[in-house]
Amino acid sequence: MIPAAFEYHRPDSVEDAVKIISDHGDEARVVAGGHSLIPMMKLRMTGLSHLVDLQGIGGLKGISVDGGTVTIGAMTTQHELIADDQLAASAPIIREAALQIADPQVRYMGTIGGNVANGDPGNDMPGLMQCLAATYTLVGPSGERTVSAREFYEAAYFTAREDDEILTSISFDASASGYAYEKQKRKIGDYATAAAGVLISKDGGSCSAASIALTNLADTPIYCEEAVAKLVGSSLSGDDISAAVAAAVGASDPSEDNRGPVEFKKHAAGVVVRTAIERAIERA
Amino acid sequence: MEKMHLKLTVNGEQVETLAEPRELLIHVLRERLDITGPHIGCETSHCGACTVDMDGKSVKSCTVFAAQANGADITTIEGLGNPDGLHVLQEMFKEHHGLQCGFCTPGMITRAYRLLQENPDPTEEEVRFGMAGNLCRCTGYQNIVKSILAAAAEMNAAKEAAQ
Amino acid sequence: MNEMTPPKSERAAALKGLGTSRKRVEDARFTQGKGNYVDDLKLPGMLFGDFVRSPYPHAYVKSINTDAAMAVPGVVAVLTAADLEPLGLHWMPTLAGDKQMVLADGKVLFQGQEVAFVVASDRYAAADAVELVEVEYEEQPVLVDPFKAEIEGAPVLREDIADNLEGAHGARRHPNHIFTWEAGEKEQTEAVIGDADVVAEEMIYYHRTHPCPLETCGAVASMDKVNGKLTLHGTFQAPHAVRTVASLISGIAEHNIRVISPDIGGGFGNKVGVYPGYVCAIVASIVTGKPVKWVEDRIENLTSTAFARDYWMQGKIAATKEGKITGLWCHTTADHGAFDACADPTKFPAGFMNICTGSYDIPTAYLCVDGIYTNKAPGGVAYRCSFRVTEAAYFIERMIEVLAIKLDMDAAELRRINFIKKDQFPYQSALGWEYDSGDYHTAWDQALNAVNYKQLREEQAQRLEDFKAGKTRTLMGIGLTHFTEIVGAGPVKNCDILGLGMFDSCEIRIHPTGSAIARLGTISQGQGHATTFAQILASEIGIPADDITLEEGDTDTAPYGLGTYGSRSTPVAGAATAMAGRKIRAKAQMIAAYLLEVHDDDVEWDVDRFVVKGAPERFKTMKEIAFASYNQAIPGVEPGLEAVSYYDPPNMTYPFGAYICVLDINVDTGTADIRTFYALDDCGTRINPMIIEGQVHGGLTEALAIAMGQEIAYDDMGNVKTGSLMDFFIPTSWETPNYITDFTTTPSPHHPIGAKGVGESPNVGGVPAFSNAVHDAFRSFGLTQTHMPHDHWRIWKTANGLGLHD
Repeated sequence: MIPAAFEYHRPDSVEDAVKIISDHGDEARVVAGGHSLIPMMKLRMTGLSHLVDLQGIGGLKGISVDGGTVTIGAMTTQHELIADDQLAASAPIIREAALQIADPQVRYMGTIGGNVANGDPGNDMPGLMQCLAATYTLVGPSGERTVSAREFYEAAYFTAREDDEILTSISFDASASGYAYEKQKRKIGDYATAAAGVLISKDGGSCSAASIALTNLADTPIYCEEAVAKLVGSSLSGDDISAAVAAAVGASDPSEDNRGPVEFKKHAAGVVVRTAIERAIERA
Repeated sequence: MEKMHLKLTVNGEQVETLAEPRELLIHVLRERLDITGPHIGCETSHCGACTVDMDGKSVKSCTVFAAQANGADITTIEGLGNPDGLHVLQEMFKEHHGLQCGFCTPGMITRAYRLLQENPDPTEEEVRFGMAGNLCRCTGYQNIVKSILAAAAEMNAAKEAAQ
Repeated sequence: MNEMTPPKSERAAALKGLGTSRKRVEDARFTQGKGNYVDDLKLPGMLFGDFVRSPYPHAYVKSINTDAAMAVPGVVAVLTAADLEPLGLHWMPTLAGDKQMVLADGKVLFQGQEVAFVVASDRYAAADAVELVEVEYEEQPVLVDPFKAEIEGAPVLREDIADNLEGAHGARRHPNHIFTWEAGEKEQTEAVIGDADVVAEEMIYYHRTHPCPLETCGAVASMDKVNGKLTLHGTFQAPHAVRTVASLISGIAEHNIRVISPDIGGGFGNKVGVYPGYVCAIVASIVTGKPVKWVEDRIENLTSTAFARDYWMQGKIAATKEGKITGLWCHTTADHGAFDACADPTKFPAGFMNICTGSYDIPTAYLCVDGIYTNKAPGGVAYRCSFRVTEAAYFIERMIEVLAIKLDMDAAELRRINFIKKDQFPYQSALGWEYDSGDYHTAWDQALNAVNYKQLREEQAQRLEDFKAGKTRTLMGIGLTHFTEIVGAGPVKNCDILGLGMFDSCEIRIHPTGSAIARLGTISQGQGHATTFAQILASEIGIPADDITLEEGDTDTAPYGLGTYGSRSTPVAGAATAMAGRKIRAKAQMIAAYLLEVHDDDVEWDVDRFVVKGAPERFKTMKEIAFASYNQAIPGVEPGLEAVSYYDPPNMTYPFGAYICVLDINVDTGTADIRTFYALDDCGTRINPMIIEGQVHGGLTEALAIAMGQEIAYDDMGNVKTGSLMDFFIPTSWETPNYITDFTTTPSPHHPIGAKGVGESPNVGGVPAFSNAVHDAFRSFGLTQTHMPHDHWRIWKTANGLGLHD
């Protein structure tokens, strides 16, 4: 498992990085932690000849919470997400989910930007970002733009990001909602067999806001609008939850792989969604 | 492909070598620097046999390019202790039969070193969770976990005694 | 004894001999990163070899163009079958009497098969060139299902032997059929089954998996053309056998070949066989005149070297109404892949599968095994078990459970009433083995009491009630196993590999100052031989284990032996060690008597010395005797103190154990939480309890992996679905439980120190214990059999099929 040769770049600004990838088109790729890209390169499943390492760009790292808005630099590692107490207070679901990603060594290297940007349906952060209604900031040759996480994913490994754009940061609103990220996996470190992120707010006896998103249950993450509609305004009764679970399962579109056949994955989806809703309600 | 000039700190020593950017850190360590403690087990970042400490983080050196590591401060099993003074983790792995074929051991101990730096008094569950990136085919982990817990206890006792 | 002599117990303790949890001498280097594994080896001018492999499971190779590959800077050679043919090395013999392509000779028969071997200055250049070798394939229909191998129109895989209907193990009835092997009494067994009160019948499948040691296979071949010597370092569990095979196939005289097994990063059977990579490294070194290293990567390891299991075992078990077993019948369809490369003793093409009567007194039995070629990787190795013993144990331990269901009986009680009784040993089994010793009832009761079996069953019944009442979605499973192994191959009269008798050896030299070196024909892959064999010797010759160096793995210095696998090191080489030690002691006795000026018969052994009978104050310690052997001219006694023993065991050994697994299954997620795992092992005399416990932990974790998720799976097109550690399940510390270990001790009556071997017991016994627990959880809902591995989706599917999601 030996990667093919490439030219290595370590720019110190986003502008320089954008210029390199613009110059080289689809032969260039940016690398953050590299734990998705490098295995692919070792299997010679990518044809890139320029690797643009973002680690030299200081401004891409870090977590800030400002007036209820959380902003996370793309190069922030999973390990840093887990360790950040301010983030845990503002969006505790991030720590809960990040702890279920890969293993300690991979979390030291793997970044949130890499996790959300490459469009791997197995990654956990994309679904989570849809759940949090996050927006991604992309920088390209013609400047900066933002895209909603819920609009970002088109198909497996296909996203709204243009080839010459770099995802530089993620932002979302801090949330006091009840939360849960529930993931079934074959073993620790594995991609999800089925996973769901849920946020629920209550106002008196009824659900004032909710968010549900699924991981690895289709070729993109799925924001479950219909399921959310079943909860918002409801009293969160057993029937309401069942209706939401059914809607979420209905929105899923898993494919068969070594983790199991479609009918099992749909069943597992139902289990993780239900568990996540119930835990989120408890915490709301 | 042209080689690049790498500067690394490895086990406290400044080292320089030429390597292609695509060379993996594990190969640079093993082939160019003759540091053969870290091993190659799976090459897909699942087994952790290649674990080294890089800038205060446990990393799988089979999934880091030499170019990415340029400038890094790296500690391998060879840097943790020496025949005249073993690291307490090395002592405890010996004491509690925490190894058999020895192939996973350098990565295992190097990972445990960082784990205890971050969490000096872990529970068994925390050790099992914190070691989940390292596979062992021989021991069933029971004695590895025991060794790490024993090392933590020793290190804490030593710290207390020093105070 | 004089005042200065420490008491016996103190002197014995100082030896760190048998029964001591001596710390391992290997660990100093391993914990400091100073192990010496094959990939650590760097020889001057060394080149690196890498394979071009077939993406297709079955295809003709129409052409191979190496021009572009040869143009890559650093590439020295690209070998194909055409290059090996003049040397007669394009095919090689397998350990099972078949032959195997070293490089594709006109066709490929499994995905990942070796097609060409690129030799380059380093592994990067080699990998670049591998990509540039152009191979033109013509795809052929693929045979994946062994049950379709002999149907009309099935593709013929092995055209090289299609017309040869007499194989290494008798007649072949079809070009895709390898052998039929039978044991026991067919007609009698079928008659018993026909007349029985109760017959349970089931297909038991033990899926294809892989030993997957953490270190993959590799070798460094170095041909010294000046002196005509070939040195071969490699991951060899049987270095001497490799030397002999290398000599036979290369034509290099055996004395000009030196095989060295350095430290080995786990073997588990993967490193018994001879692989194309070894042969290509040798040829490449001969061709280039430089050392050549070949080390496979993990994908290559999982997809091309040495699968294990893949036995379809159709079983019938007959019993009286009261549950006394009267007969056992088994027909096995064995999927051997593209070449029959099983590592079994020659006369046993299905290994010791005929231990499948297990721990039970079964008067009549019949076993038939059909070996079949398919478009899958070759292998069939004993993955941490004696040859096919794991398959046998799984078969009988499942059949017992199936019978218990049929009889509506408690499975623990059914076992108890059928165990071979203590006074029946030595016991002649219906399928031809003589079990050496055992006390199954004692072990069983100890195990059931330890886990409080009765209470567990009550708890399980309560859980079931709660489940039916909708109070829980988990079911509790109690997995029982009582296994009997057959290890320590073996007696030369019936065990050989390629004609080499399966004895083993030990050579001891005592140094003048009273320390020693011992060399063995085995090779440790983590078992701690340097620690434990020194303990055997310490107890035999009274020299502290710490003063004894153990060496293995270098064929220029070690005595000939058949290596380490099948739990044979302790039963065979351990015995040789004890016997060589006894020869040392016999000579020491003569020297002591001379020094003490008494007759040989007037001295007696006392821990670490000979004392004059009746005058304990007069003695000579082994240290004194050792020195005397080098500096005294003793009439009739040669100088020096050395011995060698080649031990041909009179019988196999039969370790046994009682394992109990308790787990909780969530019927909705298909997950299984292991709550308790209790393992009682009886491996005869215990040499080092610490190491035994470690072996049990490790073997149980392999069993956990196999039972709960680990497999080499192929799709219908013959593609490997589980070729990396992403999908090939190896549990981490997180999934692995803490195990409770226990023991009884029933020494082997024929082994010099009574030891039986333990390394493989936990894999052999562990798999049925985990699997039985899963099955047991669903027993009340009518489940009799579902196939491993019991991963989440299969457990879920079982629950679903039983209507538990309705």
